[in-house]
Amino acid sequence: MAKKNASTSTATSSLSAFERYQLASHKDRPRTLDFIKALFTEFLELSGDRTFRDDPALISGTARFHDKPCVVMGQEMGKEAKDRRLRNFGMMHPEGYRKAIRIMNLANRFKMPVFILIDTKGAYPGQEAEERGQAEAIARNIRDMYKLKVPVIVTIIGAGASGGALGIGLGDRVLMLENSWYNVISPEGCAAILWNDREKTATAAEALRLTAEEVFKLGVIDEIVAEPNGGAHLDPEATYKKFDAALVKHLKELEALAPDDLVKGRFAKYRKMGVFEE
Amino acid sequence: MGSWFQRPTPEFIKITAPQTREVRDRIPKDLWHKCPNCGAIITRKDFKANLSVCPACGRHERISAMDRIQQLVDEGSFKENNASLRATDPLNFVDKRKYSESLEAARKKTGLNDSLVSGTAHIGGVEVSLGVMDFAFMGGSMGSVLGEKVTRAMELSIERRIPCITVTSTGGARMQEGILSLMQMAKTSILCAELEQAGIPFISILADPSTAGVMASFASLGDVIIAEPGAYVGFAGKRVIEQTINKVLPADFQTSEFQREHGFVDMVVERARLRKTLIVLLRQLMAMPPIPLEEEEGSDSQVVVGKA
Repeated sequence: MAKKNASTSTATSSLSAFERYQLASHKDRPRTLDFIKALFTEFLELSGDRTFRDDPALISGTARFHDKPCVVMGQEMGKEAKDRRLRNFGMMHPEGYRKAIRIMNLANRFKMPVFILIDTKGAYPGQEAEERGQAEAIARNIRDMYKLKVPVIVTIIGAGASGGALGIGLGDRVLMLENSWYNVISPEGCAAILWNDREKTATAAEALRLTAEEVFKLGVIDEIVAEPNGGAHLDPEATYKKFDAALVKHLKELEALAPDDLVKGRFAKYRKMGVFEE
Repeated sequence: MGSWFQRPTPEFIKITAPQTREVRDRIPKDLWHKCPNCGAIITRKDFKANLSVCPACGRHERISAMDRIQQLVDEGSFKENNASLRATDPLNFVDKRKYSESLEAARKKTGLNDSLVSGTAHIGGVEVSLGVMDFAFMGGSMGSVLGEKVTRAMELSIERRIPCITVTSTGGARMQEGILSLMQMAKTSILCAELEQAGIPFISILADPSTAGVMASFASLGDVIIAEPGAYVGFAGKRVIEQTINKVLPADFQTSEFQREHGFVDMVVERARLRKTLIVLLRQLMAMPPIPLEEEEGSDSQVVVGKA
């Protein structure tokens, strides 16, 4: 259940949605690999969907979290130009989603909790991605993540856009780093469609209510993990510490639940999402 | 209409007498349907009698949710439910106009409260829970109301142990509801898992267009997925892909036929055969005895084989 522990006492709380959106893409911001190195030990990368190929946009594997075996995965945007290209800027292909669910099912069999880090501007919109069933891969993941009988903790660490994010994003707990964003579409995409004008990205960023604070208010996430003043990149160690504490707390709560109750809790959590009148 | 010179005007529409304004005004508007694909012209009445499919080229025109329901279900068997659900504007969203104004305009235009009509009906004597999208309502976009109605339709299926059928015609999630529209993908996909768990058939019918957030959730999770010929079916928009990869894509990219070839659609079924196909399939999946289908129009074959 959502708890009112959203920390907004930092100086960055006065930032506009667009400024936060830009901060989430800051070149020095810690990314998935940084978080895996900082928060987990014994990380062993596991590759491939066993059907087509390995998708380097998603890093996944087994590891330990405070000595407990677990699975951790996330989209990696990459840092240097060459690395960013290799990682396809964190935009996954269908085989990436299929790799993700394969390794989550592995976690399920060996009763390991799953930690997911989201950092993507969307699933890759490419010809081959369509030919291999991008929509089907995402849909299947959402459905099958629901069935997992181990704790799943999802955190949006930077960018969180559309089905590309949700395709590895269904969890018992969903957290957001303070300067991350989460929405149905990237502000650029929204500006192009609704305004016919990519220059309206800042306007779209405000209209979409994509900041952690707004998403929390809409009842979609469970906690906001505070970042240091000015953003995570200014003091990564402090960010890791807060993030780690949040994960420890949520994992402890989830570990107390029976496997079937995890699924029931997930149903209750997502069943009530949405706002309408009757 | 830059290419008028390539296509000589057919003789039969040249024979109309020179019209005065008064004569023109007496002719009802929308009397004729002109196919945007081949240019063939027939009366609206004949076009509708042909299920809104062009008799010349076979183009399947988009149809309203109510027309779709009428085409598919046993006459008089449809009972609408959850019609009163209405979208609010939780984000106070404004693009070129307010979301609340867009909603009002769409309600006025379609006579619907949102982009999906749901209810129960019989198809070939099989009771089903049905959800049908209407593209005319804000591009058939999926917001909180659509997500809730699909969810309830599926819950009703489980409760009454009757098959669930959805017909999609959509550009995807409704951006004006932001993250809440994304969450409808989660909500509806979870119900697909519940249907699967309960052993209830779910048939997903893809009409033009079926894309983005709806395709990346419940529409792709049918036990059987049927698409209409030539429908645009995919995840990312063709224009976005072309801009991303800087290449022009072939015309048949992301069509129903393309998706069937690539393994994501079970069959491509013409509108004239859709009801009959559903009757056969539903009765098979529900372990009911076959019924004679001679009285159903549109087929002379007992074996339905997809076109290669």
